[in-house]
Amino acid sequence: MKTLLKYAQVALVVLAIAALLAAPLVLKPYGIFVLSQWAVMAIAAVGLNLTLGYAGQISLAQASFVGIGAYTVALLQPFGVPFALAFVAAGLLSFAIGWVLGYPALRVQHHYLAFVTLAFTTLVFLVMRNEEWLTGGIYGISNIKRPIILGWSTVKPVPFYYFALGMLALVTAIVWWLLRSPWGRAFTALRENPIRALSLGIDTRRYTLFAFAFGSALGGLSGAMHAPLVQFIEPTSFGLSLSLTLLLMVIVGGSGYFLGPFVGALVAVIMPEWLRFADGLYLIAYALLVLLLMTFCPSGILGLFGRLANLIETRAASARRQSLSAKLDQKPVSS
Amino acid sequence: MSHVLEVRNVAKRFGGVTAVDDVSFCVDEGEILGIIGPNGSGKSTLFNCVLGQLRPTSGEVLVDGRSVTGMRPCDLNRLGVSRTFQLLQVFPQLSVRDNLILAAQEHQGTMLSRLFGRPDAGLTADAEQMISFFGMSHLAGEMAGGLSYGQQKLLDAAMAFMAGPRLVLLDEPAGGVNLTMLGHLKERLKTLNSERKATFVVIEHNMEFVMSLCTRVLVLAEGKILAEGKPAEVRSNPKVIEAYLGH
Ligand SMILES: Nc1ncnc2c1ncn2[C@@H]1O[C@H](COP(=O)(O)OP(=O)(O)O)[C@@H](O)[C@H]1O
Ligand SMILES: [Mg+2]
Repeated sequence: MKTLLKYAQVALVVLAIAALLAAPLVLKPYGIFVLSQWAVMAIAAVGLNLTLGYAGQISLAQASFVGIGAYTVALLQPFGVPFALAFVAAGLLSFAIGWVLGYPALRVQHHYLAFVTLAFTTLVFLVMRNEEWLTGGIYGISNIKRPIILGWSTVKPVPFYYFALGMLALVTAIVWWLLRSPWGRAFTALRENPIRALSLGIDTRRYTLFAFAFGSALGGLSGAMHAPLVQFIEPTSFGLSLSLTLLLMVIVGGSGYFLGPFVGALVAVIMPEWLRFADGLYLIAYALLVLLLMTFCPSGILGLFGRLANLIETRAASARRQSLSAKLDQKPVSS
Repeated sequence: MSHVLEVRNVAKRFGGVTAVDDVSFCVDEGEILGIIGPNGSGKSTLFNCVLGQLRPTSGEVLVDGRSVTGMRPCDLNRLGVSRTFQLLQVFPQLSVRDNLILAAQEHQGTMLSRLFGRPDAGLTADAEQMISFFGMSHLAGEMAGGLSYGQQKLLDAAMAFMAGPRLVLLDEPAGGVNLTMLGHLKERLKTLNSERKATFVVIEHNMEFVMSLCTRVLVLAEGKILAEGKPAEVRSNPKVIEAYLGH
């Protein structure tokens, strides 16, 4: 039964990948733009899922790292820095700042930590808005060019879409590697019981800092892709609202589930577009949907699947037990 | 030769409450020291002070003659000192096998080598061995959260042994465990003690368990050492009977 569910899951993932690859055959450029946005935001959500879902450290600062990554790429471009280099720089800078942001998490947890990271979001927003000499202030930075990678131009929507998918795949592979290494186990231990983890030799302090640093680095990489995608950035895109949207993606998808952020990002990016037929009501419909989902399935969409799988598993096990005890009953009692 | 563990004049105060009051004792290699005492007499607090979960208000803790006072629990663990807590502490969302691998993985290589090394840090065989040693082979792949209380308690103890520690402190390992399980646990502890030369300090309320397992017993009352000696001596000590066994 378990293996069957596993196969079903793999089949679904393969199907989804095939659909993503084939999407340009059926979608108009706007649809491709929305899907590219999904791929880019999913990178940030995967990062937040690492910090929050696996390591259990709440962060409302993920949007800031998307912003830091986006501004890094936008600001380096006029100097003729190749995209690949700017991309790496965005990741490294976010990693370093994320590491520092991890220090408060060593002292405070849960809602206190939420407020600390919220303050950080505000701080970064103010820097982006007020330091005009660097960031262009409220006018932002426009005319950000899409890169040419090894002679392959990503200027048109479809090539950029495939480029974004490729980057998402790369990030996914790295995170998958990280999570199946002993680090993944240590992150889970940090989330579930930090005191016990510490007594088993797990340096919870270092893992906490790394959880923040890696998660933030992915936020930065997402931003590095976001800048050339939308080609115009300004401070309000990277405020609290985006942080909350990213949090929503992780929670709605299923916090701590590997595929959660992909599904969550799909809901948060695509759903509003689908609901546009409802005209002015579409945001209300979207809000209601999220409300219902979170009320009836707080562990997210993948949590729902997990519960379903457990149910099937339990049913099968009790059926096995029943048939087994029926057989035992048939045996003649010898004593 | 120095003692495996030496506790020198350790005291711990919480505001006005003196939970541990000037306690000193030593544990030598291969010993199984039992610590008994009424509820609230400071046993768990003493463990927390020894293992770095709490910083003692005063006093010193030495492992193999080296001061470890104020050392972080993770660093102390990597020196070969491990423990269990009074309340059950396994990782419910990890399998039994992963719980055990987790308990030893930080003893293998560096953080960097673990990131690029094998997912199981080369510990699957060790984990399987520990699993069968504790008679849980049929449960290896199960989530720890799905086990019965007694099984989780065994797993909890098994985790403390995974990294081949020199000194293990167990806080009420028999609490809430049924008789069969208890006998099982006692046999395992005895084997580990004789075969792996592991030294134990065990807090326990179950007198039968303490008397048949421990080589020496320490009685704590109101944060102070009330008596110390062979199990039989302690059992017949009038002071102990009054403070502890009497009710
Ligand atoms: N973190 C704490 N803060 C305040 N008081 C505590 C704390 N931990 C333990 N105590 C107090 O210290 C005393 C000893 O507790 P404990 O060590 O748990 O006893 P035992 O394990 O022997 O039952 C009790 O009076 C308890 O209330
Ligand atoms: Mg206690």
